[in-house]
Amino acid sequence: MEEKTGFYDRLNQIISFVRDVYIFADSIITPLGFTTEDNTEAMLAGRSGIRLIEDEKMSPVPFYASLIDSQLLHNRFSSFGDPKKYTRFEKLAICSIKDALSKTDIDLSDSRTLFILSTTKGNVDLLETDPGDERLYLWNTANMVQRYFNFRNQPVIISDACISGVQAIITGARMIRAGFFDNAVINGTDIISEFVLSGFNSFQSLSKGLCRPFDKTRDGLSLGEGSGTIILTADPSLCGKIRIEAGEGFSTNDANHISGPSRTGEGLFLAISRILKKTPIAIDFISAHGTATSYNDEMESIAITRAGLQNVPVNSFKGYWGHTLGASGVIESIMGIYSIRNSILFNTAGFSEPGVSNPINIITRSESREIGNCLKIASGFGGCNAAILFRKK
Amino acid sequence: MKESCTITSYCTIRDNIAIHDGRLLFESKTKNFNEFASGLYRHSGISYPKFHKMDNLCKLGFLAAEILLKEKNLSYKYAGDEIGIILMNSSSSLDTDRNYQKTISNRTDYFPSPAVFVYTLPNVVIGEICIRHKIFGEGNFFITEKFNPSFVFNYISQLFDNDFVECCITGWVEISGNNFESVLFLIEKTGKTETGIANFEPSEIESIYNRK
Repeated sequence: MEEKTGFYDRLNQIISFVRDVYIFADSIITPLGFTTEDNTEAMLAGRSGIRLIEDEKMSPVPFYASLIDSQLLHNRFSSFGDPKKYTRFEKLAICSIKDALSKTDIDLSDSRTLFILSTTKGNVDLLETDPGDERLYLWNTANMVQRYFNFRNQPVIISDACISGVQAIITGARMIRAGFFDNAVINGTDIISEFVLSGFNSFQSLSKGLCRPFDKTRDGLSLGEGSGTIILTADPSLCGKIRIEAGEGFSTNDANHISGPSRTGEGLFLAISRILKKTPIAIDFISAHGTATSYNDEMESIAITRAGLQNVPVNSFKGYWGHTLGASGVIESIMGIYSIRNSILFNTAGFSEPGVSNPINIITRSESREIGNCLKIASGFGGCNAAILFRKK
Repeated sequence: MKESCTITSYCTIRDNIAIHDGRLLFESKTKNFNEFASGLYRHSGISYPKFHKMDNLCKLGFLAAEILLKEKNLSYKYAGDEIGIILMNSSSSLDTDRNYQKTISNRTDYFPSPAVFVYTLPNVVIGEICIRHKIFGEGNFFITEKFNPSFVFNYISQLFDNDFVECCITGWVEISGNNFESVLFLIEKTGKTETGIANFEPSEIESIYNRK
């Protein structure tokens, strides 16, 4: 962010006019499709991107994951760019941003447009093949994407474990609300490499089959690759008939343990409570983190119940494309926004029988229902939690 | 910025020295980070067994926060959820990523460790400081090529302006092998504090960061 020097910029800051932030455009890439629409179509047809994978290069044993076909990605990227210049991670991020931008006409070279990249591990797969590669530094990775699109501003890069994506949207919305920018292009991307796979495996947190969020028989998460882009704007006239606001969001810490969630759901409860205090409305739908690990889902059920939201319909999207790490907060927020826009609630793929101690209202079947808002929540390693509210305005 | 804020403490750790509010606190001749960190840990007089399990990025951030907060008694002044921690660095957790990669690079000597893997995320240093000081508030970890005082100022200003924090720990925590640098700042609302190092402004942040 550039420091403001102009007189009107200063004036704007001083009077700090209240402005709302709206969703302008979005895009999701997972194995289910290269656009948000392709993804939702596949989801409504009951498909999942998770499958059994046997790949000696990635893991000594077979594993379940939701991986994007490298050849498809290569072909897609080749239709507009030189695939040799970019890593797999960068190609994925660029494809997603390009698709989202195609629905807008915002000026990327404008100093009022911000670019935020959210990721947990970026190009970490290069550690194996090229440990000296400069693109192991996330700012180099982000600069590659920035230069491809000619973004004028320095990218802002957020790396907050599994809440990165939600944090990126919270940060973008805050920067616009504070008057620093008018538009924000927010991308969350992560790919799955041996590095990530072996790590989660060492924690014994990988499911032996398709992940089963909130289910009695859940035994761990399925990892997934994905990229999501959400474009925020301060200009409601750009947003079509149904205007959806990116409301305030909060991040908190459990101050309890770096690799396990709080038993009382402390941090997540606090984040949700702050939203309900700031915007005291009835919540229509919760898009949970729902990784399908025993501890995470139990903790979320506790936090949701403590916040008095145990009757609100809740789902987890992880059964559709696994845990996409730094992308998950962006992709799943886009799905929450899609649910508001299209009056549809998606089921929790993989769930059949309740398996958390607090009985929360898990959505078992996708259905048409008009909803006015969606609460997106996430938690991650380091004891971090985040929550944000999207609503019709 | 609506609310006027003050830098009420700072800590600089680099070039084998630790400085607190301008005073030299600790100096070491070693070229090894772990020896330096152990020396500073002993010098600080604290007993915190979890310290020894941390990776080097966390050790560095943890020690800087210990020094920064030592005489501050934050818990008397603020509730845990009123304090935020906003940190940044250049190489994320790459230092530990490289160590973790060694554990999986050889199939005949394959020993991926959860104790190492958990530290392959930069925000874990925020978690470690939160656990130590019972901090529950806003947290965020940014990656930026170089320390960026304007960004720090803008981001933290809006946190104070919206009353998302009453007090904020912020700064830089970077490590690569035996090259390390941390500069942390404690920021409080001006009306809530009698003492201060400097006004919370980009130029002051920059000047303290560059102070030898």
